[in-house]
This record gives sequence, structure tokens and C-alpha cells, in this order.
Amino acid sequence: MDEFLQQVLSGIAAGGIYASLALALVLIYNAMGLVNFAQGEMAMFATFLAFTLIGHGISYWIALPVTIAIAFIGGIVIQRIVIRPVERAPVLTLVIVTLGLATLINGLAGFFFGYLPRSFPSPFSVQTVDILGAAASWQDLGVMAVSGVVLVLVFFMLQRTSVGLAMRAAAHNPEASRLLGIRVSWMLALGWGLASAVGAVSGIMVAPILYLEPNMMQTVIIYAFAAAVLGGIESPLGAVIGGLIVGVTVNLAGTYLPGVGGDLQLAVAFAIIIAVLVIRPNGLLGRRAMRRA
Amino acid sequence: MKRMGPRLAAAAAFLVMAGACGSSSGGTVATDVGITSNQILLGNTISQTGAAAAYGTIANAENAYFTYINSKGGINGRKIKFVILDDAYNPAQTVPLTKQLVEQNQVFAMFSGLGTQDQTSVRDYLNTQKVPQLFVATGATTFGKDFNSNKWTLGWQPPYQGESHIYAKDVLQNHPNAKIGVLYQNDDYGQDYLKGLIDGLGDKASTMIVDKESYDVTSASPASQLAILHAKGADTVFVFAIPKPTIQSLAIITGLHWAPTIYVNSVSNVATYMKLAEKSGAKIDGAISVGYIKDPTDPQWTNDDGMKLYRQVIANCSTCDANNGFNIYGVAVAYTMVDVLTQAGSNLSRANVMKIASSQLNETNPFLLPGITVTTTSGDHFPIMQEQVIQWTGDAWHLQGSIINERGTIK
Amino acid sequence: MRFVGRAPRRYWLIALGVIVFAGLPTQVTSFQSLEWAEVLIFAIVIMGLNLLIGYSGQISLGHGAFMAVGAYTTAILVHRYHVEYLVTIPIAGLLTGLVGFFLGIPALRLSPLYLALATFALAVITPSLIKRPENLTQGTQGILLPPQQPPDWASSTFAAVTGGPAMTSDQWLYYLCFIAAIILFWVAWNVVRRRPGRALMAIRDGEVAAAASGVNVAGYKTLAFGLSAFYAGVAGALYALATGFVSPDTFPVSLSFQLLVGAVIGGLGSIAGPLFGGIFTFWLPIISSQFVQTQDWIPDQVASVFKNAGPAVTYGALLILIMIFAPNGLAGLILSAYARLRSRLRGVGERTSGQLPPDPQTV
Repeated sequence: MDEFLQQVLSGIAAGGIYASLALALVLIYNAMGLVNFAQGEMAMFATFLAFTLIGHGISYWIALPVTIAIAFIGGIVIQRIVIRPVERAPVLTLVIVTLGLATLINGLAGFFFGYLPRSFPSPFSVQTVDILGAAASWQDLGVMAVSGVVLVLVFFMLQRTSVGLAMRAAAHNPEASRLLGIRVSWMLALGWGLASAVGAVSGIMVAPILYLEPNMMQTVIIYAFAAAVLGGIESPLGAVIGGLIVGVTVNLAGTYLPGVGGDLQLAVAFAIIIAVLVIRPNGLLGRRAMRRA
Repeated sequence: MKRMGPRLAAAAAFLVMAGACGSSSGGTVATDVGITSNQILLGNTISQTGAAAAYGTIANAENAYFTYINSKGGINGRKIKFVILDDAYNPAQTVPLTKQLVEQNQVFAMFSGLGTQDQTSVRDYLNTQKVPQLFVATGATTFGKDFNSNKWTLGWQPPYQGESHIYAKDVLQNHPNAKIGVLYQNDDYGQDYLKGLIDGLGDKASTMIVDKESYDVTSASPASQLAILHAKGADTVFVFAIPKPTIQSLAIITGLHWAPTIYVNSVSNVATYMKLAEKSGAKIDGAISVGYIKDPTDPQWTNDDGMKLYRQVIANCSTCDANNGFNIYGVAVAYTMVDVLTQAGSNLSRANVMKIASSQLNETNPFLLPGITVTTTSGDHFPIMQEQVIQWTGDAWHLQGSIINERGTIK
Repeated sequence: MRFVGRAPRRYWLIALGVIVFAGLPTQVTSFQSLEWAEVLIFAIVIMGLNLLIGYSGQISLGHGAFMAVGAYTTAILVHRYHVEYLVTIPIAGLLTGLVGFFLGIPALRLSPLYLALATFALAVITPSLIKRPENLTQGTQGILLPPQQPPDWASSTFAAVTGGPAMTSDQWLYYLCFIAAIILFWVAWNVVRRRPGRALMAIRDGEVAAAASGVNVAGYKTLAFGLSAFYAGVAGALYALATGFVSPDTFPVSLSFQLLVGAVIGGLGSIAGPLFGGIFTFWLPIISSQFVQTQDWIPDQVASVFKNAGPAVTYGALLILIMIFAPNGLAGLILSAYARLRSRLRGVGERTSGQLPPDPQTV
């Protein structure tokens, strides 16, 4: 029973990591109906910026908001320069642009910062705490807590503010939104900025656990996709719940299913994606039908 | 898009044929493809981008040593030109890049190619073409073990299985009742280490190893596998993984309130990584590994001549961090390469260089631990087969006992 | 998309292309023949990908996985069961085609975005899936394939034609790829021009309308998946023979990505596109990582910046730029440039709709 609990707990911890990035994916999706394949790389790059700031002697608690602000602006800049020219292009073009962006950012990170893993400070202690016989570190719990806070903020912004409403309207129906006076283009930019900021938070939270290096987020992104898809790609709450479920399922499958070992964790995540998409394309908490008739 | 026009192509074809016929430039000086009166051309493939990019600095360190040698006049009047190509750790890229180096760039030899799969993919080709595949940068045991079927291929660093034999001996000697758990990467590297451990433990393997868990580099962290090992009651853990998951493992183990005896493999034991782990809360006092190269962060070598030479050499590489253990590895193996070329003297042919490297090496390398020699004989083609157990106490690795000789243990 | 130019001219171009590629090995080194063989291999995959994306409107970010199926089929049959390697090529294609067909069935239910996600995930897990059935695939050890020597008749013909040495295994492989490319090009051309192609394009431009016109949407879409997988399987088999080695690391996710990019940059929905795509996919990494260094006139610092940052940054930047400025890829660029030239020469404004119609299934 102890082992089971431990697997569940470390699954939840991992799930927190996936959820934090999935929140950023959900934000972009809410803003423009697209999944940003470069989300992980943008988060990683922002974390490197924070790392540089801290390395120059700036305190962690100042570097953090500064980085988030830079990431926010950076997201808007990227949207204006790179995404806007292809806004109305078919999905495929956009997918390729975000993939190109991912490659570009990853290459830049490797060039500027090198490939050695670095340690990154965490506001949470590395001590572990006993929960019913299983161990979880304060860092893991901290990631969960921060994801929760971000979730609440994102949910609040999207669902309860007029800005959030305008953003969602712009994504669902650009033409009608324009008629209503919504500056669609700037809503998209805002969405990118916010997603980038949330991604920066995610990167900063997980870097202490995953160690900061250019390929840091690549082990996370597929699980984050699985989380977002499972939860319903436009639901922030779904992203968090999806993250937890993915984290726990992957661990339990690796431990208890015969034939599935630790090396097939990613395949389990993939199976989750496929199963959800085929059985319930809206995910757990999604509302909209994915195919317009 | 073609880089050579038809005329150049014909010229290249002629050169290839001429080279294959082994023409010499006359006189008593025997030369070969890739050798001119003032240059030796060496080729290399290594991952400088992608997931394994951290190893890319090794080639830059090697180049730094060649630059140093060139600045002192080169080898018998010839300077070394080192062409480094990026294969992104993908054997499908290693093959055409290697063929390019051999057939188009016309290198004299391939040196220090990195990656087990990558070097395996070109081994047959290089042996058929009789191009030396020297001092491959991987500890995969096959590169020394299968010399008799691949006489143009040679490793350099101690084979992974030999290293595991040393761990096995250490466990049998110091922890004979250990319950062993193994975390191993599910690729040739991790599996090679595992095999060496099982072989080294002999009959005791099945009783001592309580569980082994495999781990894929696409996972975010090995937390799940380590939890299983912990639950199965292991009190001794072997981590056969590359640096990043190793650091994660060390932190996770401490986080589980678990204090087993930890064995770290030599690829991941670089002091920089150990310190990273400690910063994340890992308690690694007492962790065991083996070493064969001097550690640049170890204060005992500060005034050592070899270390001083290393620091002088590595300054030639602007992107190399002098404290990175990968870099002193690069300089050390480049030293051996230069040694072989120097020994060849005026008989600078592929065959002769291969003969020296594979059966006549007897070198004391200033960058390796004192007492370790780089030796090959007609019956033994593992250049380095000695390592010393090291233990992490306080803030650094400390040499334990004496040099252990593994010669002859791998058939 | 209308083909600019009258039919006869197009045929002349094709004939010219065939002749150039047929004679290529006689003019370049053996190694360069290998390079161009790989260009053709990529062109074949991209032809299949083109059928899927450009003509049936479904995205795949996972064609590297199909290449892996084809490559491993050949490798296992040759290495383990000692099947004659030529025979394994069509077998690999058919097997991969079947896999693709069956994967196409659940794919029907996915919107373009989710299909992209799902196929991306497939590409990511391909290496770990290969490692698993170790007895079959040799896991991480990989499978080595010896080079295939040309048959005597080919070898002596080649020597007679060039007046030089006999044909090398690389040159023989080039001709295998060349013949495969021609056959598969011909098949693709016919598919596109006849009813299946029109059905696919109708589906791409509007599923509902197509269904209303009596097109079996589901059937054709899965057929497109199967067909494009078939192409990838054949290319994968040739890839295994060309490289001489297959292992899980030879099919990373970046391969799938490069194929997609090659397809788009070459030009979707065009027949010449795949060839441009193949050229781009193979040569860009080499040029960006090697070419700059060899130019002595570029100062060392700039060159090393380019080399270290080069491949990924160049690749990414180029992708973005091409998507912004030339979304119809190189083929589209060339065609529209040609159209503008012709209209200028004729003095008449010719209306070419070089734009790919907007994807009505944009989520």
C-alpha cells in the first residue's frame, strides 16, 4: 500500500509539472484556437532569462516578476511579428510556424546558454514531508500550489472579466467580434502574452526539479499536451485535472501493468491522448464540439 | 547546390583511386590519404546539437589540444587539421557524414567519434575502406572486444562492463549482503553497464539484485522507478544513467528518506553534476564511483604539471568550461592521438598508425590518474583498463585504495 | 491549383528532369550519388505526405514513424530471415500502407489540430516503441545491413558508359531510388489526375459538399492515409539500405518534423513540390552546418556563431520566413514567378490562383 501511495504521490507531483505547462497551452488555445508547439521552448527561454538575472545578483523575488513581465511582452512581440502575418492561414501553416519557432528558440537557447544542466533556485525547500507514509518534497507540493494559484487567476480572467470574454469571443468568431468593436488582433496578442507569462511561471517552477537546460521542456511537452487534451483543451481546470490524471496514470501503469515498464511512460501518455480523442474528443471538461459541421 | 562541379568530381575520383592504390609522394617518406607535406587531416562526428549536445564540447577540447600542438610546430613538421561534423547523435546522419569525410574530405583517419550506435553504424564501412576508426568516444565494450573482426577500430576509455566489474568487486568485498537495486537507461549504454554488473557478481547476481528498473530518456524524471526500487527493499542502488537523470535520481533518493549506498557511473560522476545534486538537497556522502582521469575541480591536482598543462591547453577553446570533466577527457584522448602520430614518425600510413595504436601503445598520459597507463599489445586492444574507486565525501571525490587493474577480464 | 503552361511544355520539363537524374551518377562522385539518393528518398516520402496533406487535407506530424516501419521491415527480413533485399522493398511498402490505413480510421474522428497532436505524439514515442520488442528489432543495438553490390549487368553497363570503374554499391542504390521515385511519381500523378485525386481535392476543399456529391469521404481519407504510409514505407526501406543501419535513434521526432517541413516548403498540392522538398530536407542541415565554415572569406567569429547556433536557428528562422512570405512553398514561388513572367511577356494579366484554398476545418 505504501508503494502504491508513493507512486500516486509522485504521480501527482509530476502531474503538477505537466499541469503548469498545460495551462499555458490552454490559454493560447482560448486565444486563437491553436496549440502552440513552441510553448515549452518559450517557457524554457524565459527561465534562462531569470537564471541570468539571478546570476547577476538580482534577488529571486525581484527576478521572478521581472521575468514574467519580460515573458509577457515577449509573447506579444512574437505574436505581432511572427504569428500575425499568418493569422488567417490554414491550421497547417500555423502549426509549422510554431514548430519553426520552437526550433529557433531552442537553438538560440543552446547557443547563448550552452547545454550543461544548471541548478535553479526554488522558493520551496527541498525537504520532503511524509504524507501517510509516502514522501513528497515541498518543491513538488509547491509546484502544485502555484499551478493551483495560476489556475484560479487564469480561470477568473477568462471567465469573469470582460477582457477574458473579449479574448474568447475573438477566438471563437473573429468576424462577429470585430463587428462588436473588439480589436481581434490585439486580443490574440494579449492571449500570447498571457500564455507566455504563464509558461514562464511554469518553467521557473519546474527548473529546480528538471534542471535548467535547453531541452528541459521537451520531456514535459507531450505530457502537457496529453493533460490539456484529456481535460478539454479550452478548460484551465481541465488542464490541471488532466495533468494530475496523466501523472498518476503514467506512474501506475508503469508500476503495475505487466509489460509496461518505466521506459514506456511516454507511450502511455500517447495512449491516453488517442483514447481521449477517439472516445471523448471534448475531453473531460471541454464543451465545444471539435468539428464544425 | 552541388558543391563540386564535374571536373572537381573527376579529380576527387582520381584522388580516391590514387589513394586506394597507396601511392606515395616519393622518397623515403611514406604517406597516405589525408597526409600532405605539412598537414594531417583528421575527421570526427559528434553530437553538437540535439539531446546529446552536452557532449559536443569534447571535440572542441580535442581541437584545443591540436591547436596547442600545432603552435609548437606540429608533428614532425605537419600540423593537424581536425574536421568536426555534427551528427546530432543520429546514426542515420553519422553514416553520410562519415562517408563524406572519407570520400570527399579525404581524411587520414576518423578520431574520437562519439556514440555507441553512431560508431557501430559506420564500423563496417570504415573497416572495409581500411580507414582507422581510432579511440571512439564510447565505453561500449564491443569496440575493444570485437577487435579481431574489426581491425581498424579501437576504443580508448575503459569499457563500461569493466567498470561494472569493479563495482561488483567492491560490493562483494564491502557489502556482501547488499540488496541491490539498479536503475538503468534502456539503451546500449545502460544495458552494457548492467551486463557488466551481473557478470561481475557471478552466481550471486540473482540473489543480490532485488530489482532492476529501466528508464527512457524521454521521461521527465525517474521518480517512479526509484520509488519501486525503494519499495522492494534495496539498500544499494546503481544508477546507470546519463548526467541529468543521475542528478535527479540522487535528489529523489534523498527525498524518499532513503539512504542506500549509491554507485554513480563514470559518465555522470563529474564533480559539477554532483554539486548540482547536492544543491538540490541530495545527500550523497559516501557515494561510490570510479575514475581514471584527473578531475579539474579536485584541489589535489592544482599544482600538478598535467593539470597545469590542461589549463593552458583548454584556454585555446573559447567555449570550453575548464572545470567540465568532458573537456579534460577530450584533451587526454587527443594526447594519445598525437602520441600515436608522433610514434609513426616518417612512416605515416594508415596501416602503420593502426598497428601502433592497437598493439604498440605504452603511454603515460599526464591527464590520467598517476599509475594508469594507456597500453595495447598484440593480444589486448583495450587501451585503458585501470580505474580507481573514488568516494564522495564532503565536497569532492576522494581516491580510495589503489588502482584496480581490469586487464584480461573481458574476453 | 492550375498548372501554368501548356501540357507539352510540362512533359518536356519532366523528360528533362528524368534524363538529368538518370545521368547524375556518371557526373558526380560515388558519395554524391549517395547524397542524391537520400534526396530522392525524402522526395518519395514527401510525395506521399503531399498526397495526404496537400490533396486530402489531413495533417501528419508522424511520418517518421511510417518510415521506421518500412525500414525495420526491410532490416528484419534481410537480417533475420535472409530475404532478398529487393523483394523486401514492396513488402515494406505494403505493410506500412496497411498500418497507415488502419491508423487512418481513428484519424477520421480527429480535427486537423488534434490529428497534428496525435501524429506528433506518435513520432515522439517511435524510438521507445522500437526498443521494446527487442527480440525482433534488436532494440538499441540496431540492425546492420551490408551494402548491396550491383548485379553484374548493371555494373558492366555503367563501366561501359562512363569508361571508368565499375558501379559502386552507393551508385546502385541511387538507381534503385531513382527507379522507385519514377514509378511512385507516376502513380501519384495518376492518382491526382483521375477520380481519386479529384475526390481527395473535393474532400479537402469541403467535406460536407463532397459528401453531398456522393464522395465516400471516410473511404478516401483512410485510403489517403494508407497510400501516404505506403510511400513512406518504401522510402523507409530504401533509407535502411542507404544508411546500412537502423536503430531507434535513427527515427527521432525531428525526422517527422523535417519531412513535414520539406513537404510544405517544397509546395503542397503540386507535383514538383516533393522534389524541391527532398532537396531542401537533405541539403539544408548540411549547408547550414558545414558550408559557412568552408568559406574563408567569412571571419571566424561569424562562422563559428553560425555553426554553433546555425542549424537550428537557421532552420527555424527559414521556416517562419517561408511560411510568411511563400506559404505555397518553393513550387508555388516558382510557379507564380513563372506566371508573372509569362504574363509580362504576353502583356496580359493572367489570373493564377496560386493560393491554397483556406482550410474550412480550421478549428
